[in-house]
Amino acid sequence: MSKYLLNKFLYTVDRDPDLVERYRDDPAGTVAWWESTLGATLLNCHSGEATTWLSFTDEERGALAAHDHVALFGLGAHPFLTLTLFIAMFERDNTEPLQYQKRYGEMLRHYSLPYPDIAT
Amino acid sequence: MARIVAVIASTHHPFYYKASTSTGEDRPPFADEWVAKILRFRETLTKAAPDVLVMVGSDHFHQLWLDNMPQFLVGKAPMYDANWYNEEREFGLPRLLLRGQEDLSAYILREGLDAGFDLAFSNELRIDHSITCPIITLRPEADLPIVPIYTNIFAPPLPQPKRFVQLGQTIRELVESWPSDLRVAVIGTGHLSLELGGPRQFGPHGPDPEFDRRAVEWIATGDLDGCLSEVTLDSLHAPGNATHGFMDFMLMMGVAGAGRKADYVDTYDLFHTMEAYFTWYPNGVPA
Repeated sequence: MSKYLLNKFLYTVDRDPDLVERYRDDPAGTVAWWESTLGATLLNCHSGEATTWLSFTDEERGALAAHDHVALFGLGAHPFLTLTLFIAMFERDNTEPLQYQKRYGEMLRHYSLPYPDIAT
Repeated sequence: MARIVAVIASTHHPFYYKASTSTGEDRPPFADEWVAKILRFRETLTKAAPDVLVMVGSDHFHQLWLDNMPQFLVGKAPMYDANWYNEEREFGLPRLLLRGQEDLSAYILREGLDAGFDLAFSNELRIDHSITCPIITLRPEADLPIVPIYTNIFAPPLPQPKRFVQLGQTIRELVESWPSDLRVAVIGTGHLSLELGGPRQFGPHGPDPEFDRRAVEWIATGDLDGCLSEVTLDSLHAPGNATHGFMDFMLMMGVAGAGRKADYVDTYDLFHTMEAYFTWYPNGVPA
């Protein structure tokens, strides 16, 4: 299990406007592309230096490919990263203020304290 | 030596800018009262007539990332670009460019290291809304040089609450020993109870109004002992999953000093989170 890699996906997609749209439109394809390219790259370092060991579990890959923020919460992905990216993708469909944000929280209501550990 | 002319602790609500600048049907019903409160709060800084702002905040995974995460970081640069694409996207925040006060940055780094804080530094720091929100609310002219200081309230493992208090106490000592005749304001932002990305987010109030009431009491009365006796890294999960940002308020209590009552206190109960504004004048209330 790699909470770090889940977070790295959310972080690198959220900061790139094109990737935000690509992930919204084609989640499974974006996750597959990302894991073999950007996800393997050591950020902010020499280009060409790729990981030799990081990869998603099937559960993690599936959660990202399904836009399943509830599963990501359960896996311990950083809630701020998930929320920020998902607002970027789905808030635009709101028909009233905060509609998506409230529904997002409502879908997590079966969680009580302590929440899944987000330490990486 | 430099003088601390104001110590200010505030929440940093990224929606203030949009709420305060919106008009007509887009203007939320709570905007006018919010703006009035901010204008009164702003006056507490304006009348202190600072020359330099030491700004304490926390990067929200913009520049600082999990492959190389500092606990406490001081910016040392002549200029700071500010705000990021995703803050423009979600909050409508404007891009800013702020001047740095490199001499004070260098002094805090050198003396802080020697005082027992292994501070990280950055010579190219793009600051985010944890620091630009108080610029927008307290000094919208954005005309004063700054020293940004980032804390990690976001990516566990985090420093203990007492370490935030100690850093605040050290910042106070360092600024007051800086050989300069400049007038310094120390401004820090954090949160009261807050939930982000969890089941309690975006409620009609903050997720834990009782914690907020007690937190405001601790800060307003300078009750560091009471605060430190109850607040732990574990306890901060209970009021909301992003409540560790309260430790930046504890840092500012350290700057203000144990037992030091705030000279100005205001709060505003909003959806999602309670706003809270505090000002101390360590050298007396300005005329």
